[in-house]
Amino acid sequence: MGYPHPIHPKETPVLSKHFGEVAARTYAGWVERGGYAALRKALGMAPDDIINEVKASGLRGRGGAGFPTGMKWSFMPKDDGRPHYLCCNADESEPGTFKDREILRWTPHALIEGCAIAQLAIRAATTYIYIRGEFTEPYHILRRAVDEAYANGVLGANALGSGKRIDIVVHRGAGAYICGEETAMMNSIEGRRGNPRIKPPFPAVAGLFGMPTTINNVETLAAVPAIINGGAAWYSKLSLSSPKSAGTKLISVCGHVQRPGTYEITLGLPMKELIYDLCGGLHPGRTLKAVIPGGASVPIMTPEEVETCPTDYEGIVAHGSMLGSGGMIVMDDTTDLVYVIMRLARFFAHESCSQCTNCREGTAWTTRVLERLLAGEGKASDLDLLLDLAENMTGKTICVLSDSCAAPVVSGIQKFRADFDACLNGSRAVVTVGA
Amino acid sequence: MSTDMVSVTIDGVPIQVAKGTMIIEAAKQAGVVVPHYCYHPSLPSPAVCRMCLVEVEKAPKLMPACVTAVADGQVVQVNSPVAKKAREGVLEFLLINHPLDCPICDQAGECELQDFVFQEGRWGSRYDDYPKRYAPVEDFGPDVLYVPNRCILCTRCVRFMESVAGDSVLEVYERGDRAFIGIDPEHALDHPWSGNVVDLCPVGSLISKDFLHKARAWELDKTASICPGCTQGCNMTIDTRDSAVVRLRPRPNLDVNRHFMCDTGRADYRWMNRGDRLEAPLWRDAAGVHACDWDAALDRLASLVAGADGAVVVLAGGRASCESIGWTLQLAGRRRRAAAMKVPMGIEAPIGLVPNLALRRERAANLEGGRLLGLSTDWVGAIALLPGTALAIVLDVDLDDADVLALEAAAHVVHFAAVLDPRMHGADLVLPIATLAEEQGVFVNRDQRAQRYLPAKSAPGMARPAWWIASQGWARAEANRRAPTTASEAFGMLEPFAGLTYRDLGLTGCTVGAGIAGAAR
Repeated sequence: MGYPHPIHPKETPVLSKHFGEVAARTYAGWVERGGYAALRKALGMAPDDIINEVKASGLRGRGGAGFPTGMKWSFMPKDDGRPHYLCCNADESEPGTFKDREILRWTPHALIEGCAIAQLAIRAATTYIYIRGEFTEPYHILRRAVDEAYANGVLGANALGSGKRIDIVVHRGAGAYICGEETAMMNSIEGRRGNPRIKPPFPAVAGLFGMPTTINNVETLAAVPAIINGGAAWYSKLSLSSPKSAGTKLISVCGHVQRPGTYEITLGLPMKELIYDLCGGLHPGRTLKAVIPGGASVPIMTPEEVETCPTDYEGIVAHGSMLGSGGMIVMDDTTDLVYVIMRLARFFAHESCSQCTNCREGTAWTTRVLERLLAGEGKASDLDLLLDLAENMTGKTICVLSDSCAAPVVSGIQKFRADFDACLNGSRAVVTVGA
Repeated sequence: MSTDMVSVTIDGVPIQVAKGTMIIEAAKQAGVVVPHYCYHPSLPSPAVCRMCLVEVEKAPKLMPACVTAVADGQVVQVNSPVAKKAREGVLEFLLINHPLDCPICDQAGECELQDFVFQEGRWGSRYDDYPKRYAPVEDFGPDVLYVPNRCILCTRCVRFMESVAGDSVLEVYERGDRAFIGIDPEHALDHPWSGNVVDLCPVGSLISKDFLHKARAWELDKTASICPGCTQGCNMTIDTRDSAVVRLRPRPNLDVNRHFMCDTGRADYRWMNRGDRLEAPLWRDAAGVHACDWDAALDRLASLVAGADGAVVVLAGGRASCESIGWTLQLAGRRRRAAAMKVPMGIEAPIGLVPNLALRRERAANLEGGRLLGLSTDWVGAIALLPGTALAIVLDVDLDDADVLALEAAAHVVHFAAVLDPRMHGADLVLPIATLAEEQGVFVNRDQRAQRYLPAKSAPGMARPAWWIASQGWARAEANRRAPTTASEAFGMLEPFAGLTYRDLGLTGCTVGAGIAGAAR
């Protein structure tokens, strides 16, 4: 459902079927809606069968990278005698992204059930759900749901009477974007400074507390019960782009559309239909200027690219960007794109963990140059400078935060050069940027 | 080729290194320095400075050399255009907020940022219109100041305190370009080994109050030495400026002190610069005290020893070299009844998380060397024997009043001293000796490791190494004796070190005595 709007005929509600139903938040309400049937089924399955089912479904990580989930699970060692951990990444802080928030708010039990099934698959007794610090309401709802799940014997030493221990710990972040990076998140859970770690070792080898760990996004895990219930074939076929991009995806659309909201689409739905049909199109009299399809870290798309682009992993890459987290920002012709890019760069400069030189200094410098451009004090060489800084910030650091800062700058200059030139030749109003 | 070795090519130089070696260390063996800041061989590597990015064949992007292990057949380019461009970018980033106050910075001349920027930084900055970040200097503890403006956030200090000292009082505070190194507000940087953060800091951000504005790095002469503070035997460098010792710093020795040195040892150099040194031999007769030349002094020494009618007691200090102790005992000869070393005791201060590295309780650098040569540690017993002793030979000891009083009971006293002790007015002969900073010698540490120290400056006046004085006196006491002519010879002629030369010891020492026997077993 295009929460908070009624379900659009072109949506494919699987995860969002119960968005807006207050009763679905409770244990009883969830069971009424068929909840925990998948967990019961999974408790009777061998771990490898669960992994194979998820592999066959084609489910890919919904947090941004799009890595096949079943394959990620299969990297976990078997019978190594060490404790394994599952981390659920609920630190949704990517600008423009608010899909996990709706899952946490409306169907927390879907997430709990998904975590429990994933734990069985990767042989982990404990899940840490790392929830974004600013998510106050979602935190309380999730907290209550976890408590209820324990009270009803779904979680605990004897999960659903199976004799297996399934624990879920809800850990609140303190408001750092970088803690959404999986290795920084593990540091944060361990009580350390939330700095990303060097890989290798990969989390499946040495992750949380040095133990084999899998990290999955909220949406990924919430989709698992549906796959176990409906079967891999059913889930895979939900997509128009099967088998490469399988299933449904929540897209949170914001910006200059008539009906911003969280829409669940079948992957492969033309982006145009998403914007013009589901979201009701732009406001009257406006034309499309740019779209950021997958959260602030991905390159910006032009209207021409949007025109023919299917909304799936491969399609968006072919059209010059990435699906990312599915946080779509739509901008019409009233948008000052240089300002938007400056605002994004400033966000990354603020959130850089400061570990790597290139990111710490590069993000801040990039922001200052963009501010100078907006203030009408730019120099002719500034665009080359920005591109050179972007090159020095791409592929040079431990995590991809600095790459994320560089991506909109590079794509902005390449695709919307006229906006930048307008800053330089004085043909636009000066914007003084407050701190 | 052993299966534990792999072959790699670094900048065209083929080498074989042990499996698991990081590229940065393999490159050192190939004679290639990979510029770096956060990496330090004695600390865990966080790979955050991004300076050591190198081109590895077939890798999709540049790899950090400090955390990338070598693989067989790997081809690494440290100085390719791509890697150089990346380093140039990092250096430019580091410099946008780094003040160019090198003219007043203590680190200038030994600053890794300065060095690499001169080597391969870009000419001029493109960060031209903005002021640099500013924060005031902070007092971190007894000897350490933090200059945040110069900090490049390599975090070596944080990692040293956390992973080596085990006292995590430092941490990175804030994020982004606002980040700085902060100290726990409830604590000071007063760990007994915390001074090492000053050496570890690649720039002039953590500086020593003691050394502040004392010298420019390029004015310093550096001499390999051994810390005389305790039985650990940390390798150190004596930095002298115009023949004055201005700083002691650790010298790497992975088997003894890795790259570290305690604050007690570091601070203990002022005695090397004393201006009231004894500059000529003094002898006493009924008419009073007379200065004399070495010829006369050595004759007197020989006749005092030869004429000693009865027992001889040797009292030595913990800083006396093996050569000096050995030849003093030789001088005392067969009439020696007791020979003891005075071992001051202190509090043991381990570094924390490095095994077998501590400021030891026994504050006598050459305790083990003395034992090998025949000294006991029964100081009280030796003092008790003084009444009725014909000759007491005192070798560079910090005497207390009771010791001085007891020495008055000996018939004759020969005092080897660097500084005239006014309480020892009864001594028959006072011989001016060179100190640790002025002579060559060997200390044997608690693990039976014999380690050399070298002269950092010249001895004042007529002062000579004690072994030279003792061996010359010994040779004159009887015909057909030949004294050693060099320190190395003086060392090799001693029984526990027979056959060893200074060359065998090198500058990081080797195991001797029971240690050798143990190794042979």
